[in-house]
Amino acid sequence: MEDAYFKVENLVKYFALKKRGQFFGRRIHVHAVDDITFNVEKGKTYGVVGESGCGKTTLARLIMHLEKATSGKMLFKGEDITKYNRSQMKALRLKMQMIFQDPFGALNPVRSILNIIAEPIRVHSLYQGSKEEERDKVREMLEKVGLPITEEMLQKRPNELSGGERQRVGIARALILGPEFIVADEPVSMLDASIRADIISLIMKLKAENDLTYFFITHEFGVARAICDRIAVMYSGKLVEVANALQIVDHPTHPYTQLLIDAIPPLIPDPKWGTNIDIEGEVPYFTEPPPGCRFHLRCPYIMDICKESEPILKEVGSKGHFVACHLR
Amino acid sequence: MPLLEVEDLITHYYTEAGSVKAADGVSFTVEKGESIGIAGESGCGKTTVAMSIMRLIKGGAVVGGKIRLGELSLLDMPMDDFRKVRWERISLISQAAMGALNPVYTVGAQIVEAIKIHRDCSNKEAWDRARELMAQVKMDPTRAKSFPHELSGGMRQRVMIAMALACDPDLVIADEPTTALDVVTQVQVLRLLIDLQKRLGLSLIYISHELSVLGQACDRIIIMYAGKIVEMGATAEIFTSPMHPYTQKLLSSSMDIHSEIIIPESIPGKPPDLLNPPEGCRFWPRCLVRQNSCEKREPKLVLAAPGHYVACSKLSGDSKED
Repeated sequence: MEDAYFKVENLVKYFALKKRGQFFGRRIHVHAVDDITFNVEKGKTYGVVGESGCGKTTLARLIMHLEKATSGKMLFKGEDITKYNRSQMKALRLKMQMIFQDPFGALNPVRSILNIIAEPIRVHSLYQGSKEEERDKVREMLEKVGLPITEEMLQKRPNELSGGERQRVGIARALILGPEFIVADEPVSMLDASIRADIISLIMKLKAENDLTYFFITHEFGVARAICDRIAVMYSGKLVEVANALQIVDHPTHPYTQLLIDAIPPLIPDPKWGTNIDIEGEVPYFTEPPPGCRFHLRCPYIMDICKESEPILKEVGSKGHFVACHLR
Repeated sequence: MPLLEVEDLITHYYTEAGSVKAADGVSFTVEKGESIGIAGESGCGKTTVAMSIMRLIKGGAVVGGKIRLGELSLLDMPMDDFRKVRWERISLISQAAMGALNPVYTVGAQIVEAIKIHRDCSNKEAWDRARELMAQVKMDPTRAKSFPHELSGGMRQRVMIAMALACDPDLVIADEPTTALDVVTQVQVLRLLIDLQKRLGLSLIYISHELSVLGQACDRIIIMYAGKIVEMGATAEIFTSPMHPYTQKLLSSSMDIHSEIIIPESIPGKPPDLLNPPEGCRFWPRCLVRQNSCEKREPKLVLAAPGHYVACSKLSGDSKED
């Protein structure tokens, strides 16, 4: 693990919370990302799966320096980027880019597709401001992401595009600077099934063509299985299980991972589906995490030890399969 | 007699470029106590059908067809009379619960308001009913004092369900009620809806682009494409022997975690522009089994097997290969 491509060590992010009616007194914090460590290998896709509120988007935003880490370290190709300032980050964004969930929200509604895709070039003052080269580059990107390379397309506004086309524009914009590491936050979760399949194929194709490495956030196991090499399951700020994609889907070991997989409706209707799932539970936001395992309040297999000591990730069964659970 | 009868519904939206034929000759019925699913890609007209029934079409109008609820002809009623039907007999659960709730009132007050608009009752009776409704949707009654932003997405959706049930409607229309929710929350809300539908004997129209969700919730499924119904039948039939080429594609493009197929296939091409829908079958440009006649002749929705309707010339046999 000495030359990890992207490495996160003991990363922590607390958000300060103002509690109603408590002007003075102790500051309360939400533990959004709580002591997370992992490695992303070059050329692979590392996925994080979890429900909303588990901290996965915060994790992606920390990596992109859209949030400041409370503590911990991030290393990109051996270099500590945790404390990078704005200009260092700007330079790093030539190599690291992000794809967002909501392509419409991420695109400026009054700008043309040409301007939207070309913006990163302008921000980084590439091509000496040559409009001709800039336009050629945008056309090349349109082709790469499978959009029609026409003047009409370049002059369209985001609201004239379908959801799938917008996401293609978002991807073109993220890739125009020729980055090598892409952080993708739920890029397909707002799309229809058939379009989703298209975008997944596009993401895979671009990875192979451009030798990309992905850090991929999703709440859907099906999507994670299709795209990721490794999958980490996140619950309440912690990673609870990490394994290779097929291994974790076929042999989910943490009770929470099992819950997430059981919750996916089977394509062929099954009247028994979902009947074993607890109807009340939700991902808690912890300002003061309970002692022990964070999942113990919802866990069907709770033991006494789970309320007292916090389980750590340890390798179980097959190689590279890590689980944080006292049962294992 | 069916509870709801939609007959040849035509709804258009008006844009600068012309009118968009969003629902074009849609007919179906919903029996009492039945749950029926409407599936299709974005823009296929499924939400338009729901909004037409609720008479909530904005930027357009229902230009043809009939919608009957029992003896009532919903489209011909004066709006003032229809307002009594809306919520008291038909209610709607929409996708965006956050947008539908008022951020400055507690959720309890909003449920009470929904009750008091339609029922002549005291404050205390309304609050009692609100608490009863919250218990029905498995919410802790102390949450009545919460504001919408203090609740999770799943809890907000439960508030919406409670409000939809406030006046004991006969029919609930749920438009993508779980789409914005996480998987576990989705199961919780979906199971809650199924249980309530069965227990209260409600009729349910469930709209979703995810077939797997409809498969769990519905007795029958309608597949829509480009403003038209292309297939309609019992849930098991649709899943095990889909007849329309579009339904088959829709099924094979769905993600299935239990399947060997990791990346599902997509449907090449995109739905037609409904400003100028093509003549003939609307699916033919994307259809792999099309015949020459499909470009010209529009297939009708016909009975292909008991209770199973399909609109495809190849299957209904009204085509002559030329």
